[in-house]
Amino acid sequence: MCRGRLAFGMDTVTDLSLREIGLAASKVLGRTVEVTHDTHIGRDLAVDSLALMNIVMELEDAFDISIPLDRLASVETTGDLSKLINDLRTKA
Amino acid sequence: MGLFDKHLAYRDAYKAIQQAGADPFTVRFDAVVSPTEGVVDGRPTILLGTNNYLGLTFDEKAIAASVKAVQERGTGTTGSRIANGSFEAHVALETALAKFYGRKHAMVFTTGYQANLGVLSTLVGRGDHLILDADSHASIYDGSRLGHAEVIRFRHNDPEDLAKRLRRLKDVPGERLIVVEGIYSMIGDTAPLKEIAAIKREMGGYLLVDEAHSMGVLGATGRGLAEAAGVEDDVDFIVGTFSKSLGAIGGFCVSSLDDFEVMRVICRPYMFTASLPPAVVASTLVALEQMIAKPQLREQLNSNACRLYDGLNALGFVTGPAASPIVAATMPDVERAIAMWNGLLQSGVYLNLALPPATPDSRPLLRASISAAHTHEQIDQVLKVFAEVGAALGVIDGQKRATA
Repeated sequence: MCRGRLAFGMDTVTDLSLREIGLAASKVLGRTVEVTHDTHIGRDLAVDSLALMNIVMELEDAFDISIPLDRLASVETTGDLSKLINDLRTKA
Repeated sequence: MGLFDKHLAYRDAYKAIQQAGADPFTVRFDAVVSPTEGVVDGRPTILLGTNNYLGLTFDEKAIAASVKAVQERGTGTTGSRIANGSFEAHVALETALAKFYGRKHAMVFTTGYQANLGVLSTLVGRGDHLILDADSHASIYDGSRLGHAEVIRFRHNDPEDLAKRLRRLKDVPGERLIVVEGIYSMIGDTAPLKEIAAIKREMGGYLLVDEAHSMGVLGATGRGLAEAAGVEDDVDFIVGTFSKSLGAIGGFCVSSLDDFEVMRVICRPYMFTASLPPAVVASTLVALEQMIAKPQLREQLNSNACRLYDGLNALGFVTGPAASPIVAATMPDVERAIAMWNGLLQSGVYLNLALPPATPDSRPLLRASISAAHTHEQIDQVLKVFAEVGAALGVIDGQKRATA
């Protein structure tokens, strides 16, 4: 029971950051972007390194966090990015 | 699957550029006859993309010193300074640089790229925070990857965003190193250094300014943006290069911080590269002396920069925020940027084609770098060609040609 509630909580948090990732990507790319946990940022969104950096800056403002570049190296999917954001928010 | 498969998108984009005309990334000069003139495909060509800001590549005294050095000391050092020792000229150049900047220490690197790679990866380490302007040069980004510090970017030339990042780090342990550039290489804008220095003073940390494009260009004596903005005391490290205003190759870092010299035995891009050859060090030393002795070169450069910048604006081109020795015209799309670049080259004007993602805001640029050695006639000829090619391609309104 306890585990179930925790999982539900985590999903809600992840959904929030996924939604924000979609909004940030849409704003930077100038087109409507829908993302899921498994969306591959380079392949599915056709995002180059510069656009990704600009998306990250939007997210940093949205969540009032700084996302270190060195931590972005392991991010491939929007799910990875969402997890990183949640980790950084928890730390903050 | 092959090793290069992951780069196929770049290969295809590159092929498309090559098919549009000459290859902007492999232009071959049949001859370079002065700081501002070359020959391409048999055509006399005005060089407007060389970062040769003071025109010192053909300085007679620098050439003579270089020739003497190569005859007396040979063609190369064939090793690094920690392994093979220093030539007397390496030490003399470091002494001259420290004196010029009024700092206790100077370290010379084999390229400007390596100076950033070495300094940034050494000054901050695990648990520290490296805070970069988002539009930083590739060498700064690569230096940040070579080290182990946490890397945070702030919005380009936005002191408030920098302050926000530093506030987020409040109470987080570790040193902070803020990195900005004197003049940004793509559109020639300068950092708001006074404001950035004030934030550094208020919130703590160290400040490094890369003066690669601003050395010899800005400041009453050519010490760069830190001098021009009157904040040299707030700048802890200055990195620069010999490959622009000093007309050779190599990089350096100066500072007055104690223990700076320890970098010589821990900074890998310094330790594991052959040192600069005698001819390069000799010409650089003389070029530095010439830069100091001839402030009129800087005045001529700035006057030339304004002539090109104002001229391009009058024609209707979209340029950067202010006149600087780097004048970039924003092109409406990649196709016309490539066509315009080809048209200019065919009409005897060589400059740099800069394509996204290497450009700010993902817009293609034609990047010109002006020199003190350009004559007014050359700049007017460049403007004439820009007007003709720009109007023919619909980049500017052709009507403006008559009034320009």
